[in-house]
Amino acid sequence: MTGPAYFSHADLGGRLGMGPVLPEPEGEHFHADWEPRVLALTLAMGATGQWNIDTSRSARETLPDYAQRSYYQIWLAALERLMLQRGLVAAQELEQGHMLRPPLPLARVLAAERVPAALAAGSPTQRPATREARFAVGDAVRTHADLVDHHTRLPGYARGKQGIVALVHGVHIFADSHARGLGEAPQWLYGVVFEGAELWGEEAREAGLKVSVDAWESYLEPA
Amino acid sequence: MGHDPHDHHDHGGDHRHDHAHDHDHDHSELDETALRVRALETVLTQKGYVDPAALDLLIDTYQTRIGPRNGARVVARAWVDPQFRDWLRRDATAAIASLGYAGRQGEHMVAVENTEQQHNMVVCTLCSCYPWPVLGLPPTWYKSAPYRARAVRDPRGVLADFGVRLPEPMQIRVWDSTAEVRYLVIPRRPAGTEGLDEQQLADLVTRDSMIGTGLAREPGP
Repeated sequence: MTGPAYFSHADLGGRLGMGPVLPEPEGEHFHADWEPRVLALTLAMGATGQWNIDTSRSARETLPDYAQRSYYQIWLAALERLMLQRGLVAAQELEQGHMLRPPLPLARVLAAERVPAALAAGSPTQRPATREARFAVGDAVRTHADLVDHHTRLPGYARGKQGIVALVHGVHIFADSHARGLGEAPQWLYGVVFEGAELWGEEAREAGLKVSVDAWESYLEPA
Repeated sequence: MGHDPHDHHDHGGDHRHDHAHDHDHDHSELDETALRVRALETVLTQKGYVDPAALDLLIDTYQTRIGPRNGARVVARAWVDPQFRDWLRRDATAAIASLGYAGRQGEHMVAVENTEQQHNMVVCTLCSCYPWPVLGLPPTWYKSAPYRARAVRDPRGVLADFGVRLPEPMQIRVWDSTAEVRYLVIPRRPAGTEGLDEQQLADLVTRDSMIGTGLAREPGP
């Protein structure tokens, strides 16, 4: 049996066999000195516009050893990967820890004085609507059941399930397209609510559970 | 995370080198990562791709300026000001921005209010989406596999890990942040807080209560 070549190791919703969640005090941000450096490097390189946040997520979720890495180790490996793929750094440079080749030109570099403004602006994903929304609050919908061969934001547990549109979020950049460098292709985005029993069947542990997922229009069909 | 397939007790003959290697591998996984990070940062800095002062400022911002106390002020305002609460329901992005919290990873906000009938919990099963302008960086557990796997299936079990028990009839609604909309839980205002001012109320609002893995604290004696 052959499945799609693309596989996300990050699609964890509903997976069984997990241990307890380990709470942590509020002020605890990092567990090693290198973690904040990875955070900052990732944000700073993201701001150069060489890739977008969906490309980053795709690079992270397809790391073969995703499950063995801590979260900032995932960020580190994905950042190295994105830079290597674009020829921004060479493997030999990372091995030796210094520059061996001249840099490639970047459209922009995040200067310290631009940091507050860049964080305050963020990267809004909402775009003007160019057509009517297909669904309205209260509509019954069903998510598509297909595995797709690329980055997507429909979690596995919510594939092929029936729910009700509860929120209409407006038109947003479509992650599936954006991640692959195929443009923003904005679509209507909906908050769809599923009953626990629809998602987990007879063994649903939590009576009355409702789970809301944000789903782009092309994930949905009328139910 | 021990995944070294070698068994060093099983080698015959000249294995001094193997021993040394295994020893390093076993005991310095973090140091290995630290070296890798230092190498990457050095190369990126030498190439002029990153400004070292920008890196320091980014870290300082999320360590000292942007954190859950922001969200606590939003909640306290909602508790004392019905008009603000209304605004938060209609347009959380604008209402929250009016207090000065906006931007990266909070571009599109929705506030979800706990009631006597419904408790809300937020997760990102696919990665680690989290409302940074109001809560800062996500805690490790929020990004962990157990939380992401279990929150959508057994939220009451997750709450038990946090020492929280909800009354049985309370319905739980979980919000999986699968797009760029970010969710902030507005916990219920604890009883006996009528005399408290907004700042005192904000002190009762924990980070976990705004994710939905906790409740607001009861006022102390």
